[in-house]
Amino acid sequence: MEAVHDHSHDHHVPTGIMRYVTTTNHKDIGSLYLWFSFMMFLVGGVMALVIRAELFQPGLQVVQPEFFNQMTTLHGLVMVFGAIMPAFVGFANWQIPMMIGAPDMAFPRMNNWSFWLLPPAGMLLLGSLLAPGGAGGVGWTMYAPLTIQQGMGMDMMIFAIHILGMSSIMGSINIITTILNMRAPGMTMMKMPLFVWTWLITAYLLVASMPVLAGAVTMTLTDRHFGTHFFNAAGGGDPVLYQHIFWFFGHPEVYIIAIPAFGVISEVIPTFSRKPLFGYPSMVYATGSIAILSFLVWAHHMYTVGMPVEAQLYYMFATMLIAIPTGVKVFNWVATMWKGSMSFETPMLFAQGFLFLFTIGGFTGLVLAVTPIDIQLHDTYYVVAHFHYVMVAGALFAAFAGVYYWLPKWIGKMYDEKLGKIHFWLSLTFFNITFFVQHFLGLAGMPRRIPDYALQFADWNMVSSIGAFGFGLSQVFFLYILLKAIRSGEKAPEKPWDGATTLEWTHLPTPAPYHSFETPPDLRN
Amino acid sequence: MSSQSGGYYLPEPSRWPIVGSIGIFFLAFGAVLTMNAVAGGWYVVLVGALVMTYMLFGWFGAVIGESESGKYNEQVDVSFRWSMSWFIFSEVMFFAAFFGALFYMRVLSVPWLSDADTGSLLWDGFVASWPTDGPGVESKFTPMGAWGLPAINTSLLLTSGVTITVAHWALKEGRRGLLNWFMFLTIALGVVFLGLQVLEYIHGYRDLDLTLESGAYGATFYMLTGFHGFHVTLGTVMLIVIWLRGVKGHFKPEAHFGFEGVAWYWHFVDVVWLGLFIFVYWL
Repeated sequence: MEAVHDHSHDHHVPTGIMRYVTTTNHKDIGSLYLWFSFMMFLVGGVMALVIRAELFQPGLQVVQPEFFNQMTTLHGLVMVFGAIMPAFVGFANWQIPMMIGAPDMAFPRMNNWSFWLLPPAGMLLLGSLLAPGGAGGVGWTMYAPLTIQQGMGMDMMIFAIHILGMSSIMGSINIITTILNMRAPGMTMMKMPLFVWTWLITAYLLVASMPVLAGAVTMTLTDRHFGTHFFNAAGGGDPVLYQHIFWFFGHPEVYIIAIPAFGVISEVIPTFSRKPLFGYPSMVYATGSIAILSFLVWAHHMYTVGMPVEAQLYYMFATMLIAIPTGVKVFNWVATMWKGSMSFETPMLFAQGFLFLFTIGGFTGLVLAVTPIDIQLHDTYYVVAHFHYVMVAGALFAAFAGVYYWLPKWIGKMYDEKLGKIHFWLSLTFFNITFFVQHFLGLAGMPRRIPDYALQFADWNMVSSIGAFGFGLSQVFFLYILLKAIRSGEKAPEKPWDGATTLEWTHLPTPAPYHSFETPPDLRN
Repeated sequence: MSSQSGGYYLPEPSRWPIVGSIGIFFLAFGAVLTMNAVAGGWYVVLVGALVMTYMLFGWFGAVIGESESGKYNEQVDVSFRWSMSWFIFSEVMFFAAFFGALFYMRVLSVPWLSDADTGSLLWDGFVASWPTDGPGVESKFTPMGAWGLPAINTSLLLTSGVTITVAHWALKEGRRGLLNWFMFLTIALGVVFLGLQVLEYIHGYRDLDLTLESGAYGATFYMLTGFHGFHVTLGTVMLIVIWLRGVKGHFKPEAHFGFEGVAWYWHFVDVVWLGLFIFVYWL
């Protein structure tokens, strides 16, 4: 059987670029996702630097306001849909089959399509810059009625969102099915590594929320071209309706990004503390609670648009409720480290950075949940600082931790530990130079998404821009570390992390073979 | 050659996904061009549609071939069941967005337009009611009544839910003649439903002055029934494929998920229609 399989293998697997175009292998597809996401991360990063260059000094120096708006819009969309989400789907592809003892994902061909839908969507999204009038300068939230007044670039963005949504829905159905149906014998639900649990829950969030976003942008499209009045009060519609539908998707989306990051951190911290994860069942329940609550709090993004005071009270308290399961998670991570035999290799450093900075982002979120405070801070740089603590120091740092942690397993070579540590300290420092000062700007009243500002904001803006360029360069350095590891990294030992306990480290050689588990490992007893 | 690894079927590398991605790019970009009145946009749409059709034939053909040659074991069957269930759930959420818009406008935003706070500032004297085309749209439409064509359509779809269940029963009992006839009947009911829906739209546009542009009511009416009609069309195509496969002798009494998946989808379309009939036409 084995021999027959290998023999036929040589004859039918295409080589070169066609291998990756037609691949049905979860590892190939995982790598495609990760490289695509890194490319988009650099593209979105350049857009961020255009924004920060313009904001380096008050007045208009670098770009026109219209182009500035297009940059804030595309930076958000590219980073959320092009960089962070595909990065974690890449992790899911590589890790889930290995961690549950499966040969591959449940639907390898659909898995391929989930990835290969991203390039056409990316072409439409970035190509919208070339459309007459440029891309939509509407913010990544794409609020009506501004979206109704945009040019052709807006339509390209809408269809890009549709295609990205298809990709996400197919990807998550694949992940759900793989986890529910492909586990090795004995791998019960409550024995699954927490990374697998977090992806199962994330996949449900995606299946439930992406179609709603599709509905929202479809209504935008018909309002633009077919004379409907969903978001026009003259016809009995309401622009606020768009915000409700968008944030019904948008708030779960925050957790779609954050929860897989929790999963990575929940693998890294126990490994480098050489202790099992503290409170595993409570981690599972906390993640599930966060997911359910995320569908019930959306209007806290909309306190200032006008809402009955009862609704404001409800959304305020429901939002603050999320702090409880999140607190459980942070407590468990800290308790895992308690009296552990800790070491601080690069993945652990990024996990510590995550833990500290994500918690700050969580606390500022709690501040913004309070309606009267939010009414002061809405649409200021305080909000920008808050969500970059969650997205960059949260999701992105977790992705870095994951890459450093699993890279030896993926390519069979080690990264340069010294360079990895430098990457961490550069990222941590420049991140805080960029974003910590934005709290001050926001509290002082500087509005977001505006290319110019009053003179009193000049100093902190200059500091923030310097930090942003430093952060960007640190990520080019990360690319160098990756390429160096791939080309000339030292051969990785079978198990470089002695504290790792999941299947990919205990049951598979390093690097992992092309087909992970030809026969499922028996994990009963 | 695809491998039967660990008892699970793993397909060999496939070109269908990339064909689909190319098709969908042309379809989407062509739609953008067409909506912005760029000459030649329709041709781009056409190319996209042809490529997509080619992909669907090829991909589903491959899956059907693999299924009929017995490559799928019980675990694959369970995978299909999970995935189809969650796909239908995602479709439910898509409709939920439009139902949500309907309820929001009807219950909240339209009444707000005539309350003391905002009504007097924007459109003084506007009295909220439903159906409405809003305070600022100049049109005189008549709402679509529930008890003419829509009621007939309700009974047609409900009957088709029964006929497909009879067909399923016949398949499990091995009565292939009955299976084929009841599949044909189900398809016929679907096609008649779609025909009546077209007549209803013509009636709306020609006699009732009810268009997509008739404010909140027109938008929700046509978008909800339109997306439902689109899903019925898809469901009917799926039924035709399953019918032809049945005629060719596909499916076994104990293994026929292709049939069941389509039946689930058809019931889903049916349930959405009941929601439409109650909340769009009737109440």
